[in-house]
Amino acid sequence: MQQKTGAQILVESLLKENVKIVFGLPGGQALPIFDAIHGSKLNFILTRHEQGAAHMADGYARSTGNPGVCIVTSGPGATNIVTGLGVAYMDSVPMVAITGQVATNVIGQDAFQEADTTGITRPVTKHNFLVKDVKCLAMTIKEAFYIATTGRPGPVLVDIPIDIQREVCEFTYPNKVEIRSYKPTYEGHHGQIKKTAEIINSSQRPVLYIGTGVVVSGAEREIVEISQKADIPVTNTLLAVGAYPYDTNLSLGMLGMHGTYCANKAIQAADVIIAVGARFDDRCTGKVCDFAKKAKIVHVDIDPTAISKVICVDIPVVGDAKTVLRAMLSLIDKKKRGEWLKTIDEWKAEHPLSYDRNDNELHPQYVVEKISELVQGEAIISTDVGQHQMWSAQYYKARHSRLFLTSGGLGAMGFGFPAGIGAKFGYPDKEVIVITGDGSFQMSMQEMAVVVSNDINIKVVILNNQYLGNVRQWQEMFYNKRYSHSCLARRKGCLEWCNSPDRGKCPVYIPDFVKWAESYGVLGMRVTCKKDVEPALKKMLEIKAPVVLDIRVEREENIFPMVPVGASLDDMLIRMNG
Amino acid sequence: MRHMVSVLMENKFGVLARISTLFAARGFNIDSLSVSETEDPAISRMTIVVKSDGSILEQVTKQLNKLVDIIKVNDFTDCATIERGLALIKINMTKSCRDEIIGLIGMFRARIVDISQDSIVTEITGDENKIDAFMKVVMPYGIKETNRTGIVALTRGNTNKAK
Repeated sequence: MQQKTGAQILVESLLKENVKIVFGLPGGQALPIFDAIHGSKLNFILTRHEQGAAHMADGYARSTGNPGVCIVTSGPGATNIVTGLGVAYMDSVPMVAITGQVATNVIGQDAFQEADTTGITRPVTKHNFLVKDVKCLAMTIKEAFYIATTGRPGPVLVDIPIDIQREVCEFTYPNKVEIRSYKPTYEGHHGQIKKTAEIINSSQRPVLYIGTGVVVSGAEREIVEISQKADIPVTNTLLAVGAYPYDTNLSLGMLGMHGTYCANKAIQAADVIIAVGARFDDRCTGKVCDFAKKAKIVHVDIDPTAISKVICVDIPVVGDAKTVLRAMLSLIDKKKRGEWLKTIDEWKAEHPLSYDRNDNELHPQYVVEKISELVQGEAIISTDVGQHQMWSAQYYKARHSRLFLTSGGLGAMGFGFPAGIGAKFGYPDKEVIVITGDGSFQMSMQEMAVVVSNDINIKVVILNNQYLGNVRQWQEMFYNKRYSHSCLARRKGCLEWCNSPDRGKCPVYIPDFVKWAESYGVLGMRVTCKKDVEPALKKMLEIKAPVVLDIRVEREENIFPMVPVGASLDDMLIRMNG
Repeated sequence: MRHMVSVLMENKFGVLARISTLFAARGFNIDSLSVSETEDPAISRMTIVVKSDGSILEQVTKQLNKLVDIIKVNDFTDCATIERGLALIKINMTKSCRDEIIGLIGMFRARIVDISQDSIVTEITGDENKIDAFMKVVMPYGIKETNRTGIVALTRGNTNKAK
């Protein structure tokens, strides 16, 4: 039997879990771990901020489906990954985070860089562990990966005090893991599946509403089969962008606050809604009591707590999406629903997604549309949070799932760039484009050092409106255009009540993203007019190196359609004046 | 409405914190709580009494079930159960009312566990109502101090499972 230190056990265990890449940043209480990593087979990516490490692990996990791993130190290292854990937790992303901790004999003494890491991260992890005995370490790592990747996935944190990292014990990695208190349900209840099939067979206006659960369980094929067999239109959540092909008449696009007119109309008119792996987020439902009032609701979800949490459902089916849908397929009748689909086509024609395509302004939607065209929806798009995120979700036609990475539930600005980097490490040969805003990008742009030092080819497209655009839009619509602290060009000396961008008089925007990119040895380009967009994007895609595009878009462009907060899906605004 | 939830869980550090965080994050005050090892030392049983709306409690019990260290959650609210709590009560006692107090203690089948010149400490077990009733009748004599345990409960007979 081999004797190994806790740190070596950790590294060996990660290798046994088939971990290829780890993101992180060293620190005092994690030094034995980093010593064990040095010269090991683990590919360690040194980030410039721990938050970046967590988002990279997340982006890697979202794009590949394998758990993402990050290792950071105690105290500030651990607190810096909290946002990353929160993002992964809300969006059901499998992640394992390892944190160093002060020695067991000083825990609770306010030691240098001590934080109650398991306490702080409890509400943002699926589970966490504090390892107090080196003999339990290997099993804890095994359990951490098992918990992170099974059932409804999520982040799991393992906190390892420095003395445990140094202690020695015999190492064998367990083959099996069995947790008596944790047994996710995969098979759906047969009776419930039968009831669902019956209700679908007798329905006139059914709608499939699909979310991340479909992507996690790999049930995209089953959704296509069911929808085609029974002629059921499909709407997707933000996190399921790409999970259902756009180029069919059954695709409704995204629903909810910034969803399509036809998706929201269809939901409101439906007589049966089959929600699969979606959780009735408030951004999807609008005013809950007015949501799909005419519909019987079926909810297929692996997480029993997601069921009847927001909307009281008629038929709950607890189980894995793919397994449940497979079982359901043979019970569903082949059907044509000409009339229902005709109504939907009318809605599609009535208000398709649109912006002013004919003027000469540089609309941000145009940029996303062009990107989508040029890469034919095959590139991985990683977005930040805000207006650019919604335009990306609306206009990027991803060819399949796991191509659109975005922080949906937590909505954390600063996610996009590091998540894109993580995805690029997962798929080195795939085009990865980060679509970000000037506000979001400034929250994690230090990770450009990771791009350059690892020689990775990633593209950053900044839809720069010099505002925290979504905040500004809400201030324009609901706060009488009082642009309180949403202008990022603003400087001392600006008009106190400035509420309109005046290009001539506005101060020069900082930072100069082009010069900033150059300081990393990266090509930066600025685009200020519409006709230059396409050539710049083409050039960006031709270059086999990182590129930063600073695209100065129409400053006060708004996202439409829009369901204002608290309004029903029936009350969507198609444009500014209603 | 008063609800009683019985939770079987791994006997490990941190589990109590996970459970109390769940309640606290939703702004629920736990009225009574008791935790102890079961016949299997690796498993603890926790009995929680809270006041809440039924649908919210259903969500909370589901979320309790979701916690990795929790083995089983039973909502005892509508079950036939035996409930017991224990209270130690120190009552003011003057010579003149000594017999009266001892009489009350006898009637409630409480026990005297300590006695001094001016006070008496009594131990009473029973469900919440019985303990409340006893406290009410001794209140006029002056209660110096009390210490009550949380309620422990089991279902009757073969009704192992809650609804």
